[in-house]
Amino acid sequence: MERIDPRARSDAYGNRINRSHSTFLATVVPWGSILLASILPLFPIASALPLLPPLGFLLLLGWRLVRPGLLPVWAGIPLGLFDDLFSGQPFGFAIMTWSLALIGIEILEGRLPWRAFWQDWFTAGIVVGVYLIVGWLLSGATPNIHSLIALVPQLVLSILLFPILSRIIARLDRFRLHRWRTI
Amino acid sequence: MAPTGQRRSGYSRRAQYNLFTGYIIAGIGALIGAVLLLLSFFQPHLFGGLRGAATDGVSPATETSATVRTGSKSIWDSISGYYRAGSKNAELKREMEIARIRLAEAQAVEQENLRLKALLGLREEDVEPVAVTRLVGSTASSTRRFAYVGAGSDQGVEVGMPIRSPRGVVGRVLETGSESARILLLTDTESVLPVRRARDEVVAFAEGRGDGLLRIRLINLGINPLEKGDLFVTSGAGGYYRPGAAVAILVEKTDDGGLARMVSDPAATDFVSIDPIFEPEAALAVDTPTETELSD
Repeated sequence: MERIDPRARSDAYGNRINRSHSTFLATVVPWGSILLASILPLFPIASALPLLPPLGFLLLLGWRLVRPGLLPVWAGIPLGLFDDLFSGQPFGFAIMTWSLALIGIEILEGRLPWRAFWQDWFTAGIVVGVYLIVGWLLSGATPNIHSLIALVPQLVLSILLFPILSRIIARLDRFRLHRWRTI
Repeated sequence: MAPTGQRRSGYSRRAQYNLFTGYIIAGIGALIGAVLLLLSFFQPHLFGGLRGAATDGVSPATETSATVRTGSKSIWDSISGYYRAGSKNAELKREMEIARIRLAEAQAVEQENLRLKALLGLREEDVEPVAVTRLVGSTASSTRRFAYVGAGSDQGVEVGMPIRSPRGVVGRVLETGSESARILLLTDTESVLPVRRARDEVVAFAEGRGDGLLRIRLINLGINPLEKGDLFVTSGAGGYYRPGAAVAILVEKTDDGGLARMVSDPAATDFVSIDPIFEPEAALAVDTPTETELSD
């Protein structure tokens, strides 16, 4: 069989004989990666101005747009709760905005069921832009024009980062569904 | 990617209910989020304990990364130090000679200060920091400028204590966990710090702008006496900060003051010391609303 078609007994996720997906990984990877991305902006630099893109939110958008149907609509509640603990925004901000973003994308998807990556990128760009501006308005501090200007580099970085994050998510998805050796 | 067929529930009652409940829960979640957000606007410290516990949980990891960060930075510094080493060496020698002269002058001034203070009967004691720790991280993706330090209430850190780096003031403690504390950086828009110009008695407020700069607002309006390059130090008003710690350097003049850059940029800060509140009674008096004061 292998001589006719070398891929006959395997698929994109590995050999099919004697191997199967891990339920644990299949469930944990998307949620775990978003949680990890929520903590990540704490680490690299103690900066005087906001610089890093909201990685947790970008990853949530990524999973939602790259793999629709994987995260439930209510995923924004537990994930947002966790993000609120670390993000520095007032508590409840991520719970609200992440839920609203997921509901919004759900509605949008009802209208435009078939999309290419460009549309996904466009959607993510708009959603991140709105998210950052709402975050600026509801940060608990008095919004002024200077902190709005300071948002621009962060916004540009976030939009440019989305394709890269999508590729990373695709890789994570392959890892999620990798076939492991079973007895 | 095209959506999967999960949205179309078909005739299955169970699938229909599942889908419907999902939407309901998501909607309720958004509402709960809005309520929590409102609550945290009016009671900002309500969820402080939760956040403190969460930061305590990750602080071993952030401390490790802070160590690596400063380590890699010093490697980079030593590499870039070799570049143009000759001319730098000559320049440093010149600077060193001038610095020696200035140091001698400063010693003379210090002597004189001591003498004058003894004359006036003033006493100067050195302040013992509550804790010396690392700046372990910051909320780099939020508009608010918070940072985290690796010492908390177990080390005696309390809300309101000023944080200093060897260069100058960094901010003050906002919330404490048991092993970590959240600090308000000077560049946050909610941060206001009474300052004075280092060489005379021009007093002002240094307010954060949220974009990495501080706005210097003069208290006595009139002709703006500030100049580019002026150094501002804490004035000690308000009772939180000890007077004389470097805060910011003016980079731009405006009508009512100017824009200044922090002397102690948190990105370049490694170790910080947490000092006790300068005059706790004064700080308490400032915080007490007039109504409570009258009712006593």
